[in-house]
Amino acid sequence: MTDYTNTTSGNRGLVFEEPLIFELDSADSTGVDLDAPEHDMDRLGGLRRRGPVGLPGLSEPEVVRHYTRLSQKNYSIDTGFYPLGSCTMKHNPRLNEKMARLPGLGDIHPFQAESTVQGAYQLMDTLATWLKKLTGLPAVALSPAAGAHGELCGLMAIRAAHQAAGNDDRMVVLVPESAHGTNPATAAICGYSVESIPGNGNGRVDVDALTARLGPDIAAVMITNPNTCGLFENEAKVIADAVHAAGAYFYMDGANFNAIVGRVTLSELGVDAMHINLHKTFSTPHGGGGPGAGPTVLSDALAPFAPVPFLVHDANGLHMAEHAGDKDAPQSFGRMKGYHGQFGVFVRALSYMMSLGIDGLREASGDAVLNANYLRVRLSEELTPSYDGICMHEALFDDRFLKGTGVSTLDFAKSMIDEGFHPPTMYFPLVVHGALLMEPTETESKATLDQYCETVLALARKAKRGDAAEEFLSAPHLTPRRRLDETQAARKPVLRWKPEPLKHAAE
Amino acid sequence: MRYHPLTDADRSSMLATIGVESVDALFAELPAGEPSFDLPNQQSEINVERALNAFAKENLSCADAPSFLGAGNYRHHTPASLDHLIQRGEFLTAYTPYQPEISQGTLQTIYEFQSQVALMMDMEVANASMYDGATACAEAAAMACRVTKRSRVLMSGSVHPHYRDVTQTQLKHLVLDIECLSPDPIGIEDLIGRVDDSLSCVVVQNPGFFGHLVDLTPLSEACHAAGVLLVACVAEPVSLGLVTPPGAMGADIVVGEGQSLAGPASFGGPGVGLFATQERFVRQMPGRLCGETVDADGRRGFVLTLSTREQHIRREKATSNICTNSGLIALAFTIHMTLLGEAGFTRLAEVNHANAVTLANKLGAIKGVKVVPQAFFNEFSITLPKPAAAVAETLAQKGVLGGVPVSRFYPRYEELENVLLVTATELTTEGDMDLLVESLTEVLS
Amino acid sequence: MTDIRYTKEHEWIRLDGDSATVGITDYAQSQLGDIVFVEVPDEGKAVTKGAEAAVVESVKAASEVYAPVSGTVTQGNAVLGDAPDTVNSDPAGDGWFFKMTLTDASELDGLMDQAAYDAYLKDCDA
Repeated sequence: MTDYTNTTSGNRGLVFEEPLIFELDSADSTGVDLDAPEHDMDRLGGLRRRGPVGLPGLSEPEVVRHYTRLSQKNYSIDTGFYPLGSCTMKHNPRLNEKMARLPGLGDIHPFQAESTVQGAYQLMDTLATWLKKLTGLPAVALSPAAGAHGELCGLMAIRAAHQAAGNDDRMVVLVPESAHGTNPATAAICGYSVESIPGNGNGRVDVDALTARLGPDIAAVMITNPNTCGLFENEAKVIADAVHAAGAYFYMDGANFNAIVGRVTLSELGVDAMHINLHKTFSTPHGGGGPGAGPTVLSDALAPFAPVPFLVHDANGLHMAEHAGDKDAPQSFGRMKGYHGQFGVFVRALSYMMSLGIDGLREASGDAVLNANYLRVRLSEELTPSYDGICMHEALFDDRFLKGTGVSTLDFAKSMIDEGFHPPTMYFPLVVHGALLMEPTETESKATLDQYCETVLALARKAKRGDAAEEFLSAPHLTPRRRLDETQAARKPVLRWKPEPLKHAAE
Repeated sequence: MRYHPLTDADRSSMLATIGVESVDALFAELPAGEPSFDLPNQQSEINVERALNAFAKENLSCADAPSFLGAGNYRHHTPASLDHLIQRGEFLTAYTPYQPEISQGTLQTIYEFQSQVALMMDMEVANASMYDGATACAEAAAMACRVTKRSRVLMSGSVHPHYRDVTQTQLKHLVLDIECLSPDPIGIEDLIGRVDDSLSCVVVQNPGFFGHLVDLTPLSEACHAAGVLLVACVAEPVSLGLVTPPGAMGADIVVGEGQSLAGPASFGGPGVGLFATQERFVRQMPGRLCGETVDADGRRGFVLTLSTREQHIRREKATSNICTNSGLIALAFTIHMTLLGEAGFTRLAEVNHANAVTLANKLGAIKGVKVVPQAFFNEFSITLPKPAAAVAETLAQKGVLGGVPVSRFYPRYEELENVLLVTATELTTEGDMDLLVESLTEVLS
Repeated sequence: MTDIRYTKEHEWIRLDGDSATVGITDYAQSQLGDIVFVEVPDEGKAVTKGAEAAVVESVKAASEVYAPVSGTVTQGNAVLGDAPDTVNSDPAGDGWFFKMTLTDASELDGLMDQAAYDAYLKDCDA
């Protein structure tokens, strides 16, 4: 068969080859016209730059086309189903973007006189009220910038509480083996050593092993709930009571709060601290890697140690307590973020919460769990679910169904890309072999789920037939790039563009 | 609910497939009983817009008042095409680029970002971003401790107070000793005299928090003679269009806040932390890195690389716990820098500096007002004959956002009570300056 | 035949007079896959039996290499800095990690010989 895909330009119809900006450089071009300064008086103290920065020059239309073409090489929720387990890729409402761009919310400065930003303070206070009511905990630190940063907030508060009580010889944090890598990494920043708690064979924490390890050296236990296998830790309260009886604190990783929002409070579960990923549960966009926000709710025992800044109500309205050790924040463990936190993310999250309301949030968790269970049941026709029974917002499969096919989890996932679907999370959690973790979220229609199921089932049957391994091993075939050589990238890192060595000697 | 596609008929049919009675039955493992939340129900888009507009109206937007505010957060013009491009759904609604075959857009923009940041700082490599300048500063100090295997940190009084506070918080359980020198409004502290071989790093900022521009070369030479790393912070990256970058003055790690080139202040967040260093330290760097490679057909492509430094692989031995970073803000930064290019970036910096010089001359002519730094970029501190906080408040009541009182950061330092930080950018007009001079003269008389 | 001993963590150690050479086994390199980075200890570093002495990384994994016995490092394999793939191609030869002197040669007695290691590998694959 003739191969018509080898074009002269390298482009393939709507799929364009796009160089780096440095390769599009026309010296002196710019996409921003500015009038020359009125004068050239210099108060730089002799520190004027001696040579060029080395930036390329492009006109505005070239820049717009460059980044538009690059955008078209991305998968996104706007364009397709993104069942990436533990990442909660739900629809990002554009109302939230519009609200964040109101000049009175987007174009305000963090150090304006406080009398001129009372609306921003009220918005933050309203968000805080929602988060406290949704979790049933009495306090919230808004400033953490992301989930891992929220974990740090919780553990810093826990260490401060132990120090205040004279218990700073508690230096071990217990983490289940299925945990996100951020949990042990965060504990290490707090000076804690980390010990792993095994699972019980049903995808949940082994409560006996956990309670047996509790003792006077344990500072805290960190548990994700629902956990990274997509299951509710139904003995959370038993664990919490045992942890408290042993003098330690119970940190709940809230990465999967979207599964239970509006259906249970953390106070019922005995939680001392939990971060909330506004970029997961409350729909703010992931933006190709961030920004996020990780407000952290705290129990009465930990609230006094919350980081600055936080809002305080007084006779003139609201003001920001900004200094640890001052009268408003005598026991605060300090500051962990510049300014007042991820305000732009707060606006988007509050816009989403107000849009859904408590009834809509309950519907969201309900539909998310319904969609996940629908995938679990339909795909079990050919795939191997790791655990029996109802799951929460995500369904976990392992690679037993691929045994003997010559196709790995990676190959199977890559072949989904050719079918127009984003692969699920692969090889996580580590507690099952060749994991495929699928989180559909509540913002997908039944028609989308059905098409996905039929596609994945057909792929599984094809893999099991045993005559198409090569097609899987070389997938994807229909993408702007095929599989990338990650070994070469790591062995000889090329981390930036560099100008060609000067050629004048040869000319 | 408009964001939820399932109909009641869908739900019934799916429940039948699963074999349970109701959606609530899927939650049977949760504690029994319905918690009461005391929160309102769903609302139309119209009502939500009204509610959020009401918050917005309680604020005085910098769009509606001449603003001279800075202190680490700067208001610059945002080209219209920038905001359009970052709102393309393929950028806005993509996840971290873990599947490189369908993420080349995000990956190539990260590679361009890393290249631009390295060029601007005059460093060899930069990462894919941190949360903000303050957390990047903390990560830099922690990295210096890993590289040197020493655990003392010395922070200059020129460093932004939030960067100092965040570094102290984040390193308090890791590092032996973090010494923060007193705030240094006049620019006279002796750092070189304090350098010794017990230090992992010295942390400075240029331009400094009070506006001073300093040649870091003698300090970097003293540091290197003692095996100490120099960490330099850049809170206003527009300065790099005109000012010698820290890398050219011997800095080993350069961090910064990219917000000023990435769009509106948004009340201080989200920003984007810049992080650059030399190649020999790359395995001790925190955060994601994008690298060039080839695909199965031999075509150039990009991937996340050197991931064994990161938490999802190295867990408690990772160089940082960071996962989510500031991808979209880094994209905005990159698009702005690409729009500017060499010529536009240099021009932008020149206009900022010229306006700041004009403003300094005008303010310095007011009786009782003194411009403190000799050398500065677009921001400088002034001393007033009265407490600066009250002056700033009175100016705000007159509709002028006239500056940031240093007492907001250092309430316990009486000698800083009358110091105000003032910034001029390309958005500052001659009329704005005259209004500030007029209002300030009135407030001080 | 030279005496080579093995650890349960899949390191090998070969004694030559007073000095010994340490590396990882063919099984270990095959489990790791393409090796992209190796960090070997500096000359003069004191290492303790069972404690971390080197690091070996593939694209998606990082593993510690433990000292099979206590002693002092006399040389790290500089070749691995530029050519970490040598560990994949010749783990028992040019892909060695470091050479060391032994504090107590009797520590070798606790390690597996070739026959014992071959039997152990069968268990690993089971």
